[in-house]
Amino acid sequence: MDSDSRRTKGTVVHSAESTRSSPFPDEVLERVLSILESRKDRSSVSLVCRDWYNAERWSRTHVFIGNCYAVSPGMVARRFPRIRSVTLKGKPRFSDFSLVPDDWGADIHCWLVVFALKYPFLEELRLKRMSVSDESLEFLSLNFLNFKALSLVSCDGFSTNGLAAIATHCKNLTELDIHENDVDDKSGSWLSCFPENFTTLEVLNFANLSNDVNFDALQRLVSRCKSLKVLKINKGISLEQLLELLVCAPQLMELGTGSFSQELMAGQNGELGSAFNNCKSLHTLSGLWDATAAYLPALFPACANLTFLNLSYATLQSGEFSKLLAHCPLLRRLWVMDTVEDKGLESIGANCPLLEELRVFPADPFDEDIHGVTEAGFVAVSYGCRRLHYVLFFCRQMTNAAVATIVQNCPDFTHFRLCIMNPGQPDYLTNEPMDEAFGSVVKTCTKLQRLSVSGLLSDLTFEYIGKYAKNLETLSVAFAGSSDWGMQCVLGGCPKLRKLEIRDCPFGNAALLSGLEKYESMRSLWMSSCKVTMNGCRHLARKMPRLNVEVMKDDLRDDSHAYKVYVYRSLAGPRTDAPPSVLTL
Amino acid sequence: MDYESDLNLKATELRLGLPGRDEPENQWPPILKNNKRVSAESSESSTTKSNSIVSNAETCHRDSAPPAKVKVVGWPPIRSYRKNNISQKKLDAEAGGMYVKVSLDGAPYLRKIDLKVCKSYQNLLKALEDLFKLAIGEYSEKEGYKESDYAPTYQDKDGDWMLVGDVPWDMFTSSCKKLRIMKRSEARGLGCF
Repeated sequence: MDSDSRRTKGTVVHSAESTRSSPFPDEVLERVLSILESRKDRSSVSLVCRDWYNAERWSRTHVFIGNCYAVSPGMVARRFPRIRSVTLKGKPRFSDFSLVPDDWGADIHCWLVVFALKYPFLEELRLKRMSVSDESLEFLSLNFLNFKALSLVSCDGFSTNGLAAIATHCKNLTELDIHENDVDDKSGSWLSCFPENFTTLEVLNFANLSNDVNFDALQRLVSRCKSLKVLKINKGISLEQLLELLVCAPQLMELGTGSFSQELMAGQNGELGSAFNNCKSLHTLSGLWDATAAYLPALFPACANLTFLNLSYATLQSGEFSKLLAHCPLLRRLWVMDTVEDKGLESIGANCPLLEELRVFPADPFDEDIHGVTEAGFVAVSYGCRRLHYVLFFCRQMTNAAVATIVQNCPDFTHFRLCIMNPGQPDYLTNEPMDEAFGSVVKTCTKLQRLSVSGLLSDLTFEYIGKYAKNLETLSVAFAGSSDWGMQCVLGGCPKLRKLEIRDCPFGNAALLSGLEKYESMRSLWMSSCKVTMNGCRHLARKMPRLNVEVMKDDLRDDSHAYKVYVYRSLAGPRTDAPPSVLTL
Repeated sequence: MDYESDLNLKATELRLGLPGRDEPENQWPPILKNNKRVSAESSESSTTKSNSIVSNAETCHRDSAPPAKVKVVGWPPIRSYRKNNISQKKLDAEAGGMYVKVSLDGAPYLRKIDLKVCKSYQNLLKALEDLFKLAIGEYSEKEGYKESDYAPTYQDKDGDWMLVGDVPWDMFTSSCKKLRIMKRSEARGLGCF
């Protein structure tokens, strides 16, 4: 299906197949298909017939690659000639928790080299869990003249020098989003590299970086970029400086504050309040590091229209938190720290009836004695927030009964991620396993797409999941299960399963191999510290040549044990850039 | 700051057994030894139950359950970025505040409270009441906390257990290492009935 044949179609003898195809000229079909945005729709469209496949590939401007090793850059470029925007994801998700070696791979550079040749008009690049070097960032800034949007989430390998190159050379930049990366923060001078005549910025997020930027340069930048909609500053910027920025940019829609605890001079608190009052379009607020109760009231005028409040870096106590929430009736997404405790969760239930997403993070994740929130708080939220469909909840105690109540109140969960932080902990009231809790989740929440389980779980949990979770796409399991049967149930049920990640479970070769037929319909499987052996992995690799079976060895353990296994489907064959610690079978 | 050795990790150790059993004897004032027989009985009956729970757990886990107190890599599943932020915050917060652990007899888990934020006994008692959802009432020099089933006690710099409220607030905050809300019946000899 090469690009040339499509353009000269008029002069080439048609095969019987194409004369039967669509009565529309290709250009019309392309125009119609270009309206399609959903990649699932585009995928379906491309399977209809050859003409539609072609029209779709010519009309596609954005490509999403969920696993950078599933396909090669050349293959992408050959199929999609007109790409302007690329989203790439690299390392397995457990790399976020230090389970993947630093040199594992997912380097962006080889992609950029191909893109420079095939997509010189590339405008957007969004990367998650990729390795990105300063050289790559410089290459990006010099080779794509129309480059507009760069988003780096959970990436590593670069320093602020790379950001300086982007700021210096990307004349049409609209978005620079640096989010939760492992950056080598050398200095804040990168921000001063934006030229004085540069005005196109719409999104700037540098909350990730700790070194102070030149505040004057920032203020001038914010003042002259009239289309700036999103501004997320770092901790180094004081309340007083924030005030100056807000005055320059009342049109902001998303704001991430800096440190929220410095002493303001008399009168400035009032000024801050009125600055917030002037931000009529503000719908998202984050940052608020070290927020102290004294300054929170300045936020109140901005809260009326807030739909997303991210307090996950602010150690608020329940009192000040409740006062703040009373001003946020339209909240749809809320991220908090468990320092707000159950009382804080109760006030969420009382004040936020429109809430759809709640994430509760632990302030003291390594101190087993400290309980931030409990099941009582979670239940309270569920009574008040019936539209809740996304939850991420870290706690140290939970009961089967509480979870059953929660899902009864909120049956529309699409994402249910419960982390009972002590591995293998039972229902603390009955001392039974938490099987019935997750059973009630999968039985009641028929739209469930993503599930993370925890606590003491037997194979029964997985029987329930396999039997009831018909829409489940992502499952995360840790310290759970009794035998291979558990994993077999999941692989035998769950027709829409795409990502399965497992750690520290008693699942072995029988379980691994029961998914033989299934893995090609999934993006990936991760199993670490389970009971899988090298022989089992080799068997899988032999039987399924279109899967890449990679094993990470652990020097301390016996050679036959497969310490970490990562299995994924790929059209590109085994990768050639694996480090010595990663064996491709 | 020698109190680390007095932390008595066994008292705060997470187990699958019922809470409240097996209180360590050497930590408490000698007067508590009167209750030894009572606690021995209750601990016997709870032992059998906890043994069976442990064996259930073993069926569920086989050898993949880590020992309770070993720090496991990548667990809890919090992104490195967030973890680094938290540890810095914790250092900052605890440098500024005066956090002490609080235990409640019968509750399996501890809480933390910032004495600096409390500023007075009244606030401290209210905070404890809110935290554990119980009534402590007021302190009286002669009769202690006679209106309540509970008596808040604290361990001071010398390792002695004292009744909360018996010294001026500032002296209390500078010497308090830990708080324990005892059942009133066990708090005899600490200056109250």
